[in-house]
Amino acid sequence: MRDITLNVNGKQHTLAVDPETPLLFVLSDELGLRGPRFGCGMAQCGACTVIMRGQVVRSCVMPVKAVGQDEVTTLEGLGTPEKPHPIQQAFIEEGAAQCGFCLSGVILTAKAVLDVKPDASDQEIRDALGGVLCRCFAHTRMLRAIRKYAEARHA
Amino acid sequence: MTHSRRDFLIGCGALIVSFKAGVLSAQDHGPFGTHPSHIDPERLDSWLAVGADGMITAYTGKCDFGQGIFTAQTQLIAEELCVPIARVKLIQCDTSVTPDQGTTSGSQSTPTNFNSENLALAAATAREALLNLAAKKFAEPVEQLTLADGVITGKTGRRVRYEELIGNQHFNLPLNSTVKRRSSANWTVLGKSIPSLDRTALMTGQFEFVHHVRVAGMLHGRVVRPPGMGATVAHVDEQSVRNVRGIVKVVVRKDFVGVVAETQYGAALAARQLAVQWNAGPELPAQKSFFDHLQKQPARDVLSVDSQDVEPQFAAASSVIRARYTYPYQMHGSLGASCAVADVKPESATVWSATQSAYPTRSIVAKLLDMPLDKVRVIYVRGSGCYGLNGADAVSFDAAILSQAVGRPVRLQFSRQDEMMWENLGSACVVEHRAGLAQDGRIVAWDREDWVASLGNRPGYDRPGNVITGMLLGYEPEPIEPRSAKPPAGKLRNQSNTVPSYFAGCVAGSCGGDGTIRSERALTHTVRSPFFTGPLRSPLRIQNTFANECFMDELCAHAKSDPVAFRLQHLENARVIGVLKAAAKAANWQARSSPRADISRAHTVSGRGIACVAYEGDNGYAALVAEVDVDLETGTVRPKRFVVALDCGPVSNPDGLRNQTEGGILQGMSRALVEEVTWDNKRVTSVDWETYHSLYLDYEMPAIETVFVTPLNVSATGAGETAITITPAAIGNAIFDAAGVRLRDLPFTPARVKAALLDRAQQDEKAQV
Repeated sequence: MRDITLNVNGKQHTLAVDPETPLLFVLSDELGLRGPRFGCGMAQCGACTVIMRGQVVRSCVMPVKAVGQDEVTTLEGLGTPEKPHPIQQAFIEEGAAQCGFCLSGVILTAKAVLDVKPDASDQEIRDALGGVLCRCFAHTRMLRAIRKYAEARHA
Repeated sequence: MTHSRRDFLIGCGALIVSFKAGVLSAQDHGPFGTHPSHIDPERLDSWLAVGADGMITAYTGKCDFGQGIFTAQTQLIAEELCVPIARVKLIQCDTSVTPDQGTTSGSQSTPTNFNSENLALAAATAREALLNLAAKKFAEPVEQLTLADGVITGKTGRRVRYEELIGNQHFNLPLNSTVKRRSSANWTVLGKSIPSLDRTALMTGQFEFVHHVRVAGMLHGRVVRPPGMGATVAHVDEQSVRNVRGIVKVVVRKDFVGVVAETQYGAALAARQLAVQWNAGPELPAQKSFFDHLQKQPARDVLSVDSQDVEPQFAAASSVIRARYTYPYQMHGSLGASCAVADVKPESATVWSATQSAYPTRSIVAKLLDMPLDKVRVIYVRGSGCYGLNGADAVSFDAAILSQAVGRPVRLQFSRQDEMMWENLGSACVVEHRAGLAQDGRIVAWDREDWVASLGNRPGYDRPGNVITGMLLGYEPEPIEPRSAKPPAGKLRNQSNTVPSYFAGCVAGSCGGDGTIRSERALTHTVRSPFFTGPLRSPLRIQNTFANECFMDELCAHAKSDPVAFRLQHLENARVIGVLKAAAKAANWQARSSPRADISRAHTVSGRGIACVAYEGDNGYAALVAEVDVDLETGTVRPKRFVVALDCGPVSNPDGLRNQTEGGILQGMSRALVEEVTWDNKRVTSVDWETYHSLYLDYEMPAIETVFVTPLNVSATGAGETAITITPAAIGNAIFDAAGVRLRDLPFTPARVKAALLDRAQQDEKAQV
């Protein structure tokens, strides 16, 4: 066990955990966050996605000791129910989910690619989502929501 | 998060609802084929309560997994009681407070709760009761009263709020089976595209899944499953995990093995590290020849229809066409591996579960824990989308066993492999067709046999052995007793869409089918499966409809007819005809035979196909046009556009239904193109997303257009499984139209398409020589 300090969604936390613990377990069990979720534990599906240094990271395979001082942003770190982030607002307006278990992977990956390349084409957005899975197949609405956000961001 | 009917009402200042703990007998069956619970579904107070604050609390046994039924049921209550959505609080699937409505499955929630029974009837009965109370109070005839926004107004202008009439009090009334629902013509809330109520919480990461349930003092568990089907425990070395930090216990009960630790990481490490010696199970039949194997096994045979004249009709027919179709095992493959939390105390147990079957799960947990039924409470909390019997039931049983063993609450998270290696798969099937055509191309006789691989099912109220947990604990799955078929009796049963829509479906002189073909036979052989099977979205309906609708297309091609016209020629059911015509019209269908005459030698060819179904015979109607591109060099199939027409009676939430329909079609497309369970001689080998394929978010999705057909004066039917049912067939028919090759084995992989193209090229060459 070791004291580890994490910066998550703008708050600092110091926790006594096994440093090998996957970041996902710390986020959900120690910090009670609901955005990143356990899908596969093998970085194959995206359900556990968080953003660090502007990049999407699969928190199920990242040991918490490797996080360091980098700010970790989860789905709940983007916006709140009262004031959703514009990409969350676009997903709300388009009803772009069914069960919603996959949303961290979909929303955070799309946000990360558009942060780097605001004028990304549909193809570039899809390429970025290549490792993200939605088994309810809400794909069409999700891509529509992402396009809506991208265009509003551009305007 | 724990709702208690008592807490709710105590919180409002008065304890007014109490239920006696019933002693249940296994012989008694309730209105849903269930055991009666202590909550009497015949009483209004079991379904609905008006609080002192005017909030309407409704209790339902149909739960939401993402299909939108929570929002739709809230709309239903708001509509019938004339209150805004925000004044309705819906509580779903909790064995302490909701009526037992069995399982939320089979596209049954809408027909069950949105017509003239159950939840809809309760809401309408409550409205009538409130009106009667107000009439008495005002001393006015009830016909003069109007309801709006939770207020009843008399002709004299007197007003009274619902809570002033009955706030925090019992109605003390039975459901009134003669009460009238509000006419759909006057709906203001139901039938509207109300945004789903979970949306904001989902998008902002606040939504509570069962994976997030936390109980004070909770430990974490993992299971250690056998290396293959039928393997048994020889030895467990508990010392092998002694050094895992926070290990609490290794739990072994017959062949069930699990670990419990202080942290999730500790449990995962211990599960990986635990040394277990297993006795190997029997060898599995080879996947390569599995369908041949299936057809040779002892079987339980059922005849759905048998006119007993197909042979002479074939002998007299101008031509007889045969074909064999195969459908592989497929997975629910929920995105989130299943999870449950159990808190088993010496005298009682609570399980937070994503099961579709709260009450049946309660019965099984009670049995496994050897605890009285009324001491067990199952509370539904949404899990990852399930599409049928995923790991949610098994993980709930497992969590209960682990919690009982350690005497503390346990949260159990399956690994991806636990989920995919041991789930109840969608059944593998073979269908063999024979049909006779007359000179003019009309179908004169059709005979079909199917072989269905089956083992286990939903556990129901008393079959733990139907899923892996029960088997490991020594319970047997529901047996399949081989027997020959009896002549069909009673009326046509077509729940599995065994009988094609074109059959007259005549049983004992009464014709319950949708079509014109009177020389007909449909025989089903149910065979023991080497793997667990269970309902997967459109169970057996998608398998049968793939084979039926593709074979119909083969007959049509043989008759050189247009696929829409040929279908219409053999259909009698107005609702199937209605959706077929609507889909063709919306897709701008050009009448001609398939394959298209102008198949080019270009790299990519295009085609269109159609399929239709009366889901479960009478639970929703749909027709789908698929437009696909086929790459002749790579064999890749690319659906470009889908147009679907849907008739499910009055629609509760049009946008919600569109969402379900789009998801259903794309899920069906994934199943048609890439999904297939694989195995070796010991075990399932498709146990993650590299070995079991699903279309990712980068797939270029086709356009989807949805058209609703709503006849007047019909009941609401199911809708979430209709479109998926016809998707593989529509794609298969479009491939045939585009490339002239008929694919009879799912999935339509590039390798299969290329093999079929090569086969056709060789035949063409032979024909030229």
